[in-house]
Amino acid sequence: MDAGLFTANNLWMMVCTALVFFMHLGFSFLEIGLTRQKNTVNILFKNVFIITVGLLLYYIGGFNLMYPGEFNGLIGFAGFGLPAPVDAEGALDLTYNEGYTYWTDFLFQGMFAATAATIVSGAVAERIKLGGFMIFTLIYVGFVYPIVGSWQWGGGFLSSLSYGEAEGFYDFAGSTLVHSVGGWAALIAIYLLGARIGKFDKEGKPRAIPGHNLPLAAAGVLILWLGWFGFNGGSVLSADPASTSLVLVTTCLAAAAGGVASFLTSLFMYKNYDLTMFLNGILGGLVGITAGADQMSPNEAVLIGLIAGVIIVLAVALIDKLKLDDPVGAVAVHLICGIWGTLAVGIFGALASFDQFLVQLAGVGAAGVFCSVTAFIILFTIKKISGLRVSEKEELEGLDLHEHGMDAYPDFRMNQH
Amino acid sequence: MKKIEAIIRKSKFDEVKKALHEIEVNFFSYWDVTGVGNEKQGNVYRGISYSTSDIQRRYLVIVVSDEFLERTIDTLLNSAATGNVGDGKIFVSEIQEAYRIRTKESGSAGIN
Repeated sequence: MDAGLFTANNLWMMVCTALVFFMHLGFSFLEIGLTRQKNTVNILFKNVFIITVGLLLYYIGGFNLMYPGEFNGLIGFAGFGLPAPVDAEGALDLTYNEGYTYWTDFLFQGMFAATAATIVSGAVAERIKLGGFMIFTLIYVGFVYPIVGSWQWGGGFLSSLSYGEAEGFYDFAGSTLVHSVGGWAALIAIYLLGARIGKFDKEGKPRAIPGHNLPLAAAGVLILWLGWFGFNGGSVLSADPASTSLVLVTTCLAAAAGGVASFLTSLFMYKNYDLTMFLNGILGGLVGITAGADQMSPNEAVLIGLIAGVIIVLAVALIDKLKLDDPVGAVAVHLICGIWGTLAVGIFGALASFDQFLVQLAGVGAAGVFCSVTAFIILFTIKKISGLRVSEKEELEGLDLHEHGMDAYPDFRMNQH
Repeated sequence: MKKIEAIIRKSKFDEVKKALHEIEVNFFSYWDVTGVGNEKQGNVYRGISYSTSDIQRRYLVIVVSDEFLERTIDTLLNSAATGNVGDGKIFVSEIQEAYRIRTKESGSAGIN
């Protein structure tokens, strides 16, 4: 192919890679903002651990577990490390793909990999033992995420799951393969962990534990939105002008609609302009459009976003009702809107059909069963061996002091609550 | 000499400071405090209503000579008031002695 076009494609993919990397700062900021200051260092430590170790795990084996080449459709492994393809002269083989080089492929996918554990980090914040969380991350990012990914993006059984009119499961940028994978583990983890002390009163009524830094939470969400330009834009896997520009439009419209729907729903239900619901609604819209960002018209993208925004407010209330404690709304955003976005591909857009809807449902179910069972086994084992939760004293005084011996704001004291 | 401690609304601070300067009370210390009282604030966070009784106020400490006492109190009572619950309180107590470190002066000369 034309060398100039290939350079442009690869350059776009590298820009998108950088944008997805930036999302890890967004996740960190959001999680810090919606929790209490006494756990800030702990949250930063977890998020820095996830991106560094996640990338190394993906280099060691994750990439070749997710993209094993020809395999049985369930699990395959193409070997350790990064054996880059070379041409006859020993230079990097540029015919690997029309959109990107081998190196770009690895790094773009590697940036995605760590996201699954980042989602869990928010849900379990303020009470999980650091050691247990790190072990969970190693196994979940190292094995579970790439195996589920291989079922679809690696050419496994979901990608060829045909039924009637539907030719395979469709998940453009990962409503199921990334967001729900993290969301299922988040749900299992908060169930096994239990709620933070003070989240529910003696009668079991939920109580508010307000986040300590809403400017950071807002910055986090706007950074995540920016990162989504790369997350969805890069999932075109080339700089194809029509497709990338449509994807950015649907992505941004869904984000905007999700935010507006969420703030209006919470205003209607609670008579309050709740910034954190507004922010979660933006993320709900983004996760919702991710499965079908290249298949939707602008109108359909707005509709998907609006529905995601309403879902967010109802799902946050549902999580509270179930006596589960999710400080940042990770389950509502990533699991429930991830499922919604995946199913929406069968309802709206170019692929919509009842057959496609059933195939989407099957994909949601397959990922759900595998992720929740593996997450349960990993977390339950850690709980039995070393315990998942920090001591009551440590939780009350803060994880920063006890796990890290450090204060996030040593010369700057905000009101404790 | 008297020590006047006043707990006032933060929103009234600039007015109080200006009024004190006008009667030539030019030196005082202050800091922000949190207290509890009858006032409750209703809040909603992520769909859950809660009320906080934490009240944010500013705490002023003014040491004056006896002749300044009355006008300082009057000024505080007028400039810090809104008429609503929560305008604050004033406490007056006796001060035994005061010194200015630089000049080693004591008594009234030590504070004005």
